[in-house]
Amino acid sequence: MKKLPISQHILEIVSDAGEGAQKAGSIFAQTTAKMGNYLWTVELIPSEIQPPPHTTRSSSGIRIRFGSEPITNGGNLTNLIFVFNEMSLLARLEAHALAEEVIVFIDNQWASDPNPDIVRQYQQILAELSQRGADIYELALSQEVEPFTEDPQKGKNMFVLGVLGFLYQRDIDLLQACAAKAFSHKSAQVLASNRALIQAGYAWGQGQLDFCFSIPLLPHAAPMVTLNGNQALAYGAIAAGFELCSMYPITPASSVAHTLANIFEEFGGMVHQAEDEIAAIGVALGANYAGKPAFTVTSGPGMALKTEFMGLAVITETPLVVVDVQRGGPSTGLPTKIEQGDLLSSLFATPGDAPKVVLAASSIADCFHLMKTARTLAEELRILVILLSDSNLATGMQLFERPAISAISSSPPHAAEMESLPYHWDKLTGVPPRLIPGVSQKVGMTSSLNHSEAGLVRYDSLANEAAHQMRSHKLATLRKCLKPPAVLGEEEGDLLLIGWGSTKGAIAEAVQIARGNGLKVSHLHLVFLNPLPPRLKEIGAGFKKIVVVELNYQDVPGDPYTKDAPRLSQLALLLRSHTLLPIESFARVWGRAFMPQEILTQIEQEILALEAS
Amino acid sequence: MKTLHVDQFTAGYCPEEAGFTLERYAGEQPRWCKGCGDYAILVALEKLLALKKIPSNQVVCVSGIGCSSRFPYYLKTFGFHGIHGRALPISTGVKLANPKLTVVTVMGDGDCFSIGLGHWMHAVRYNPNLLVLVLDNEIYGLTKQQTSPTTPLGTKTKTTPKGPYIPPLNPLKLIMGATGVSFVAQTATWMPGHVSATLAKGMEHSGLSFIRILQRCPIFSPQAFGQGGKEREGFCFLTHEQGILLEDNLQNMAESLPHDPRDFSAAQALVQQTEDAEKGFTPLGLIFQALNRPSYEEVRFRSISHPSPEEKAELLLDKLKPFEI
Ligand SMILES: Cc1ncc(C[n+]2csc(CCOP(=O)(O)OP(=O)(O)O)c2C)c(N)n1
Ligand code: SF4
Repeated sequence: MKKLPISQHILEIVSDAGEGAQKAGSIFAQTTAKMGNYLWTVELIPSEIQPPPHTTRSSSGIRIRFGSEPITNGGNLTNLIFVFNEMSLLARLEAHALAEEVIVFIDNQWASDPNPDIVRQYQQILAELSQRGADIYELALSQEVEPFTEDPQKGKNMFVLGVLGFLYQRDIDLLQACAAKAFSHKSAQVLASNRALIQAGYAWGQGQLDFCFSIPLLPHAAPMVTLNGNQALAYGAIAAGFELCSMYPITPASSVAHTLANIFEEFGGMVHQAEDEIAAIGVALGANYAGKPAFTVTSGPGMALKTEFMGLAVITETPLVVVDVQRGGPSTGLPTKIEQGDLLSSLFATPGDAPKVVLAASSIADCFHLMKTARTLAEELRILVILLSDSNLATGMQLFERPAISAISSSPPHAAEMESLPYHWDKLTGVPPRLIPGVSQKVGMTSSLNHSEAGLVRYDSLANEAAHQMRSHKLATLRKCLKPPAVLGEEEGDLLLIGWGSTKGAIAEAVQIARGNGLKVSHLHLVFLNPLPPRLKEIGAGFKKIVVVELNYQDVPGDPYTKDAPRLSQLALLLRSHTLLPIESFARVWGRAFMPQEILTQIEQEILALEAS
Repeated sequence: MKTLHVDQFTAGYCPEEAGFTLERYAGEQPRWCKGCGDYAILVALEKLLALKKIPSNQVVCVSGIGCSSRFPYYLKTFGFHGIHGRALPISTGVKLANPKLTVVTVMGDGDCFSIGLGHWMHAVRYNPNLLVLVLDNEIYGLTKQQTSPTTPLGTKTKTTPKGPYIPPLNPLKLIMGATGVSFVAQTATWMPGHVSATLAKGMEHSGLSFIRILQRCPIFSPQAFGQGGKEREGFCFLTHEQGILLEDNLQNMAESLPHDPRDFSAAQALVQQTEDAEKGFTPLGLIFQALNRPSYEEVRFRSISHPSPEEKAELLLDKLKPFEI
């Protein structure tokens, strides 16, 4: 038995939708985290619930990058893939996700399928892979599980979990415990059968394989938790003191509400599923107005519907948090895939001048902690806060330090001076007091029309200009409080990469490798997209070239048709206007995250071009 | 004190009593047109709040957009002038935040029956404890005379110069078909005493009290409702001891029809008759009331706990336990 030492690996488990690859993967991930490895998972989700089986479109699975050192992104190409049929393998091959020397485990029942087309297809795909250099292990998965389950369709994933448990030398008792917990709502019979399947898979590995991996385990210094991004938003909302989540279901945002629906009432909270996204934000706004911290959570199409209410929140200066778990757009776009396409619409979609705070989570830890940041800013500044997440964070699992919380307060701050006028703006900060109906003694009007300090309608130029100025001052107030962003690497050099959101880890990893290779490249990550933090222009001026790396559209470089005036990506456009620096971009809408290797290649090309000029 | 037109049907009412004066509830000087029916409703509501002695800081008036939606400015309570069609979600949010507040939602016919129709039907189903007033002038007022869902055939508007192409929507039929409906009444601005009595009944009801108020708009729909009842028959007071009691002087303003508002089938049959525009049958009074339907906030608050900030923190750490490694 060969024990191959590795420091990290990328593993994929891919099956037909409904065969439980994701479930097996998440149990594997839980076990792995508990044993002392770091990880980052990405779910591979088909858009339909039951797509035609045994096709590339029906493949559903999970990608797990894990290892001894902290892991900040999904990584490069897959090292080992376990597939339940050859079409899933083809799907991943076509997605360019697999390393050339990938280790493949595959159910070989298709090699003897009565349908000769399937047999041919199976052989072709395997031949192609082995030509590329893949190491292929075929196993009679369906037959192996037969003794343990009535429905092999349902049992294969647990057998696979056992095989992987052996391959990566996972603690079998811990693996069994995590599986039992994941199925704790199932019957004793199912639990027993799962147990036997995992055991059988592990034994199969022991008996049939002549190798396994060994990954150093380093116990974590502080207590850690593993959550996916939507769970983190939900628990973060509780920790932040929110008491109402008003929403309308939409992929990939819904599971924030699913998580809350199970537990929120114990905390005095409620999930309100409204009749549509418009009503959802309306209810959240009404609740905040009357003193209950409330937020709404949605994705692109829902954001579009909420714009008029966002304008109302801005002009009435009602504190409000809107969470946007971004997916591919426009319109229905790529509902289950990652994109960072809502940046500019978050800033500017509301007609009229509507200053608001926009911030973005880069990790699952951010998803948790930024909920509190968002609530605090919304209430302190009486402002609309948009928190951006994305579909990879939504379903991906990561480790972070268990938060320390000693008290969770839900009562909103309000005007100490209860006799004040509703819009008695602080002339400097622009922040008005907060009158809460039923709490404040003096009544006041809250108006969607332009209004005076007294909350009364004012149509005259001076009053309109004044109200706009005050609302804008609130953003300036926040900007003056923000620290300049930290630069990874030197504050001057050849190339500065700027990013935001969940691409942070991949960019940082690429930059670190490039720096290790002697390239003068640095990385700047933005949490606040509006207002932008100070010193961006000064930092940018220290570099020969600045490239924004983000997952949204820019005109394809080299396209002769758009070469005369290529459209820029979103943050590049924003930063150009903000800094007046000739910022460029490396932006793609591939429906998946960047791999560090792709960013590294881009860095190398940019630096070569700089040297050439 | 501001001079207010206090009509003859309020004899015996003492505004000065216990300091709950009309003035206390009167906000800005209204800027509706002369003869606009909205004035009568405003006065009726101010009187009702004074009568019920509800502290003005415990009242929130939420509205959409339209002439009618200027209502909150003219009341001296908390007011929220929202956006077109969306007053009901805001109101529901207010009730979920603080069920103790008295919330009055004011909308126009375009506001509620056109752009806000979806919210209206769902609000009826949720049944939050709101007093919902729809000021129906059968026309778009603020935007200057476009057709409304309730504009009758033959009424010329700026978007239908030959009159609407399709028959009007019947809000009474619609709401009586909605799951969970708990209070439906109709009244008319040219009968201020009846408006007052209807508002009072609605405010006493726990749940969503929907009151459609036929509202005169002398500017853009002067002919509506047969010039406010002057040129048309068919108005009919619904009489019942559980309904809206008629003051003597109202009784000869229209026919009366005995109708038990607690009888759902009778209410449904009644609103079916309003469909025939030819007949012009227009019931005024309490059409339907279901008692003991819990309000949405009641249902939601019943199932939540009230942990202290420290208990919440402890509970959260507990919930995170399974995710600990
Ligand atoms: C989203 C949106 N669409 C359109 C308008 C323009 N608008 C303002 S009020 C109104 C209709 C007013 O009619 P109604 O609701 O019947 O109220 P009334 O003015 O007659 O009281 C319209 C279409 C708007 N303010 N917002
Ligand atoms: S236009 Fe009609 S509804 Fe509007 S204020 Fe004038 S009379 Fe009243």
